[in-house]
Amino acid sequence: MLPMLSTNPLTPVISCIHRLRRVLSAVVLGLVSPSLLAAWELNMPEGITALSRETHSLHMLIFWICVAIGVVVYGVLIYSLIAYRKSKGAIPATFHHNTTAEIIWTVIPFIILIGMAIPSTRVLTQIYDASESELDIMVTGYQWRWQYRYLNEDGAEVTYFSNLATPAEQYENFSDSIAAEKGENYLLEVDEPLVIPANKKVRFLLTSADVIHSWWVPDFAVKKDAIPGFVNESWVIAEQTGIYRGQCTELCGRLHGFMPVVVEVKEPAEFDAWLAEKQAAAQRIADAASQTFTMDQLMEQGQTVYNTYCMACHQANGQGLPPAFPALAGSAIAMGPIEGHIGIVLNGKAGTAMAAFGAQLSAVDLAAVITFERNAWGNNVGDMVQPVDIVTAQGE
Amino acid sequence: MATGHDAHHHGPASGITRWFYTTNHKDIGSMYLWFSFAMFLLGGMFALVIRAELFQPGLQFVDPNFFNQMTTMHGLVMVFGAVMPAFVGLANWMVPMMIGAPDMALPRMNNWSFWILPFAFTMLASTLFMDSGAPNFGWTFYAPLSTTFAPDSVTYFIFAVHIMGASSIMGSINIVATIQNLRAPGMTYMKMPLFVWTWLITAYLLIAVMPVLAGVVTMMLFDIHFGTSFFSAAGGGDPVLFQHVFWFFGHPEVYIMILPAFGIVSEIIPTFSRKRLFGYDSMVYATSSIAFLSFIVWAHHMFTTGMPLAGELFFMYATMLIAVPTGVKVFNWITTMFKGSISFETPMLFAIAFVVLFTCGGFTGLMLAIAPADFQYHDTYFVVAHFHYVLVPGAIFSIMAAAYYWLPKWTGNMYDENLGKLHFWLSFVGINVLFFPQHFLGLAGMPRRIPDYALQFADFNMVSSVGAFIFGFSQLLFLFIVVKTVMGGKKATAEVWEGAEGLEWTVPSPAPYHTFSTPPAIK
Amino acid sequence: MTNKRQQHTTSTGKLVAKLAVTVVGMFGFGFAMVPLYNVFCEITGLNGKTGGQVEYTATTADIDKERTVTVQFTAMNNADMSWEFHPMQNQIDVHPGELNEVKFFAHNPTATRVIGQAVPSVSPSVGADFLHKTECFCFTQQVLEAGESIEMPVRFFVDKALPTGVHKLTLSYTLFDVTQNFAGAPQLTAK
Repeated sequence: MLPMLSTNPLTPVISCIHRLRRVLSAVVLGLVSPSLLAAWELNMPEGITALSRETHSLHMLIFWICVAIGVVVYGVLIYSLIAYRKSKGAIPATFHHNTTAEIIWTVIPFIILIGMAIPSTRVLTQIYDASESELDIMVTGYQWRWQYRYLNEDGAEVTYFSNLATPAEQYENFSDSIAAEKGENYLLEVDEPLVIPANKKVRFLLTSADVIHSWWVPDFAVKKDAIPGFVNESWVIAEQTGIYRGQCTELCGRLHGFMPVVVEVKEPAEFDAWLAEKQAAAQRIADAASQTFTMDQLMEQGQTVYNTYCMACHQANGQGLPPAFPALAGSAIAMGPIEGHIGIVLNGKAGTAMAAFGAQLSAVDLAAVITFERNAWGNNVGDMVQPVDIVTAQGE
Repeated sequence: MATGHDAHHHGPASGITRWFYTTNHKDIGSMYLWFSFAMFLLGGMFALVIRAELFQPGLQFVDPNFFNQMTTMHGLVMVFGAVMPAFVGLANWMVPMMIGAPDMALPRMNNWSFWILPFAFTMLASTLFMDSGAPNFGWTFYAPLSTTFAPDSVTYFIFAVHIMGASSIMGSINIVATIQNLRAPGMTYMKMPLFVWTWLITAYLLIAVMPVLAGVVTMMLFDIHFGTSFFSAAGGGDPVLFQHVFWFFGHPEVYIMILPAFGIVSEIIPTFSRKRLFGYDSMVYATSSIAFLSFIVWAHHMFTTGMPLAGELFFMYATMLIAVPTGVKVFNWITTMFKGSISFETPMLFAIAFVVLFTCGGFTGLMLAIAPADFQYHDTYFVVAHFHYVLVPGAIFSIMAAAYYWLPKWTGNMYDENLGKLHFWLSFVGINVLFFPQHFLGLAGMPRRIPDYALQFADFNMVSSVGAFIFGFSQLLFLFIVVKTVMGGKKATAEVWEGAEGLEWTVPSPAPYHTFSTPPAIK
Repeated sequence: MTNKRQQHTTSTGKLVAKLAVTVVGMFGFGFAMVPLYNVFCEITGLNGKTGGQVEYTATTADIDKERTVTVQFTAMNNADMSWEFHPMQNQIDVHPGELNEVKFFAHNPTATRVIGQAVPSVSPSVGADFLHKTECFCFTQQVLEAGESIEMPVRFFVDKALPTGVHKLTLSYTLFDVTQNFAGAPQLTAK
């Protein structure tokens, strides 16, 4: 995804000087270009659920109370600053306490707080009730993508990763060469969104496979931390179809800003059809494990898998970011015995950041990416890995 | 006012070793203040790297991992290197004079409290040059990102935190011992200046919670190096335990960073209003209530972690309650100005800005306290805007106000009033351009701690970055003003400000190296 | 020594003694935290952690046939865990008080021995106190040799005191690779 940068922290700072001219012209252009004049959004969205609207109302209630208090408080302050200036000859009074006033301005705020606490308690209690759901979905945070798993369905299990789909050319703006123009849903688009039915209670079970992440969809007013080893709950009844976008909201490492949440809400009938198709596709992927592919097919699929799952650490040019992320170009493992290469990709390496991808990707994807790594960047080992090799390795 | 003349002391030692061996509270106070100013500029540079990257969408300048190092180091350096040492420096300089004491109760420990700090921060800053990079897990360093997934520099980070904590604990013990034992006869507790009161309470908070921070980083150390599982579910532990222990420290910590500010503002506003502080007694009670309440609200930082409903409600109610004593203080400051006779010298400008903008931060704090609404604010720029409003036009402005207020007493020279006002207005405008748009960014959905963002956030980010550079470069003007004042200026009287009350204004300007060697008479 | 100095030395000595006792006392308190925490977590059932092993006795065996609770099972791997791991049933309907058993399948596809630790979590948290496991592979580490597979049972019952509003409980397991924690402990055997 991102080119290898020197680990010397001063390099990027120095190189920023070269960019000042480009940036200055960007300021002028940016302030008038339509794509950057996107909404000067001022407020929280009302959202598309009953609870998101309640949350928004609560937010506005507290806001207006604060405005009212502010008007009074700042009003007295500004009045004092004007009316009691020494330069206008004000003589200072000598009072320095007034018990009645103190009691009043302690009790009145306290009463206002009680007034705020009552609706807040009501809304929070409603948010906490995740019972009687019609669909349960397990949401698992990974570095740096979300995995969605549909529970309590008969038939083939539907499980998939949801990866950032914005091309690297759009966000990699380091080099002076012209970067690609940013798309409308820049950084908020994924290859496969979560799909849920409208007007049905959907419960989310949230957890993580590594560090703490947090799953947030502003239009649902749903935000819950995904904690490794623990399962949190949240729920939604989405009232309108459409696509709703959010982001990970807990610092989770290097690409924390690059793991969006995208949910597509479909009519129930369309959702059922979609789910059936996904189950069929899951079956096809499992069946594909017995197929044989050509080198070209493996390399093409392998590049896609590499860009999505491996490039973040091992870099587009295979050079990695040593010492944490070793190079694959010219590496002993990628150019050595196939069993060792398959082993490390499937099983990971304990004590390092290398995860066990055998549990995450399909046999076809694994075969393709390993083939790719063995032949890209001048490695040119020449051999291929077929899905059946992966299945065999996993059965051992 | 007898300053005393002991046969053994004739003023400061000569040569550079004066600064290494000094036990004089004025020298140590000066060292703390210069150190904190240097850290403020360093932390500010990290912030400018952040805002430069966030000026436009796209990754222009830094790798996302380095960006995470910048946000982490900015937070650590500002909290532990700039704000806290600055307040300790002010305490060192002013508390003994304000209570009529000759020095701090434990002068040698005072020296050590300071000198371990440059060591700790050199070590912390050096992690930027390590292969693995500096800490990159946020200044709140949640596990397991900061344990299992941390860079090698985490161990140095832990060591630095231990040292800073030791410095704070020793300093706080010193302050408590000084205030409780060395007040001049006749200075009862309810006659102490409010700055002394707020520091007494802050010192107790520090003694209570810094050991908790030491505990949590020690547990981290053990998880990382010695095979324990405090924060790892695999061994029966819990990442959320980290958050509970950290925030049990962390919430009182933010009150530690604001109570001295309340004290400073409570000194300055009466002086420039030429009127006694309104409601002295309730100011003391309000400060104590805030300190007490600060211990029972920590989990409002954890509303999205999945706490049981009863717990969530308790923390919501307790957090909302803090608004009451805080409001009392704001009303009292305003009532002090009401029907006073106000002049607008630079310290007063900063103090008034404090009242206005800290209150704004208080309002967003109240909004954040509402747990269901917090689900939409948590970990977004709305929170960033909130805490920067209470910390920058809050704590930092109070420190600047204090510097302008007491510089004539420290140096014997008046600072340049026009330059001071210029510094104030540049800072005031810069801060609001920098942080106000961040409220909208948070409400619109922009998360924290991201180096790149979706297009709908571009405009406010650009504005915010412009504000950052205005505010940042204005601080060089502040540096110039301080240096210029140290080197010379219009001579200051003992009283300095018309309407200033307190023992520090009864000694000459600059204050002699030793003051109150014999206790003053308190009326 | 003058009388005043003697008094000063004695009172200093007393203070030092009191402080020393406090230090020793706090150290001991630190040790006592381990059993104290265990008691606290058991009583409150914090964090969706069910209590440890529970016995199934005659009184607990009184089944409430009027009520049905759905118990759902999920399994997932932490990122560094390579085993195949899944429940052999996705969910079952049970009566409170009734003892049930489900099995989880695990398979070690690597070429080395791997030790796994399963960590349970029950949702919703209000129900966590009421799912009692009498036998669970999560109570101990599981050792699988290279290529080995295993079916691991969980025996549990739902407490009749489960709040009336709760109709579904989800029991989730996260499987961690803890082989490194036991390096140099070749005697460790499964179950």
